[in-house]
Amino acid sequence: MIYTDICIIGAGPVGLFAVFEAGLLKMRCHLIDALPQIGGQLSEIYPQKPIYDIPGYPEVLAQDLVDNLAKQIAPFKPGFTLGERVEHIEKNQNGFIVNTSDATKVQAKVIVIAGGLGCFEPRKPQIENLEQFEGKGISYIVKDPEKFRDQNLVIAGGGDSALDWTLYLSNIARKVTLVHRSESFRGAPDSVQKVVDLAHAGKIELLLNHNIQSVAGNGKLNAVTLLDKEKQTRIIETDYLIPLFGLSPKLGPIADWGLQIDKSAIEVNTADYSTNIPGIYAIGDINTYEGKLKLILCGFHEAALMAQSAFAHVFPDQKLSFKYTTVNGVNAF
Amino acid sequence: MLSDMVEINILENGILQTIEVPEDISLSLMEVLKASGYPVAATCGGMALCATCRVEVKEGAELLPQPGDAELDMLDTLPDSSNQTRLACQIRIKPEISKVIWEYKPEH
Repeated sequence: MIYTDICIIGAGPVGLFAVFEAGLLKMRCHLIDALPQIGGQLSEIYPQKPIYDIPGYPEVLAQDLVDNLAKQIAPFKPGFTLGERVEHIEKNQNGFIVNTSDATKVQAKVIVIAGGLGCFEPRKPQIENLEQFEGKGISYIVKDPEKFRDQNLVIAGGGDSALDWTLYLSNIARKVTLVHRSESFRGAPDSVQKVVDLAHAGKIELLLNHNIQSVAGNGKLNAVTLLDKEKQTRIIETDYLIPLFGLSPKLGPIADWGLQIDKSAIEVNTADYSTNIPGIYAIGDINTYEGKLKLILCGFHEAALMAQSAFAHVFPDQKLSFKYTTVNGVNAF
Repeated sequence: MLSDMVEINILENGILQTIEVPEDISLSLMEVLKASGYPVAATCGGMALCATCRVEVKEGAELLPQPGDAELDMLDTLPDSSNQTRLACQIRIKPEISKVIWEYKPEH
């Protein structure tokens, strides 16, 4: 069990800045994010894009902003649990227990949801009985390549991830079939050439202009049916199917925690960005209120007001006096 | 003087709806859809990086400029895009799109 004052769900820019605002008030934070790195959308989707509306920065690259935020909050020594999705929360006498997909437990007095647009989850092809074989032959991520040793694999997708895993797993698996719906790849030219070379050498099978039509098996996946441009079907016997079609944001389990939700966003009181559950706050892109603007700078403001209010939950016996950093500096833990 | 209007014809669940916007509105199709109440998440804000604004062109594809590199990269990543799939964030509102029929197909 990890013990902290505030458990922040989501390590995007707003979640990170919340550590700073909480830290000024002597509240310790632990951050959890489903992605394997901090930064949220900024690091995952557009690390090299410039942002122009961060006060004081005429222009800043998304990843540079994340790196600066990480530096800014370092004195407050936040804890991190990355690559795990928060599944459910329980109320107890000391606040809440936050439970993740990998069974990490965090005991916190306050929960701050800074989850952006939700978790980034693998984009799934629209196939009827796909879910039936998830974990039983269908994997959307490669966590342990050894699992595929001497197995037959079908990898689907045309991006860098599909190309890179095809190259890597071709040395491990018995057979790799790469299925791509168009006739060319737009991934890194070097990877494309290597994949084409492997196909010519007969080390992998490359099926262009093919889509996955259906999957079949008996308790476990054993075949994938493909459809080509001429509407001809082809059945490939396989142990595993690895669809690699990128990531897409989903609200996920947050929807089931009893919070008031409007169109995939959490309703909050704009006095302090508290939700309908005392002790749970929602800041940044994941909340909604009249006049809401999904801007990083608005999320920063929300983090500051949240921290002032959360103080009463973390230190119920203390009186809060507002202090400027110019007067008091940043007093690290 | 009033600017000319551009018609945006959208099919959703088999029903055709027409939205009229001024020609000089200087918005993308994604922004117009969002402003018109379509639940477009637009996660990336219009950078062709998330595909939450994907649309299918049912008629008039030849009237549109070809997709650029960023759009092609994203379309190529999707499991089920076709030659008619476009990202609404990459379509600028111009008079010629009045003759295009779009189908709004959000990601599931």
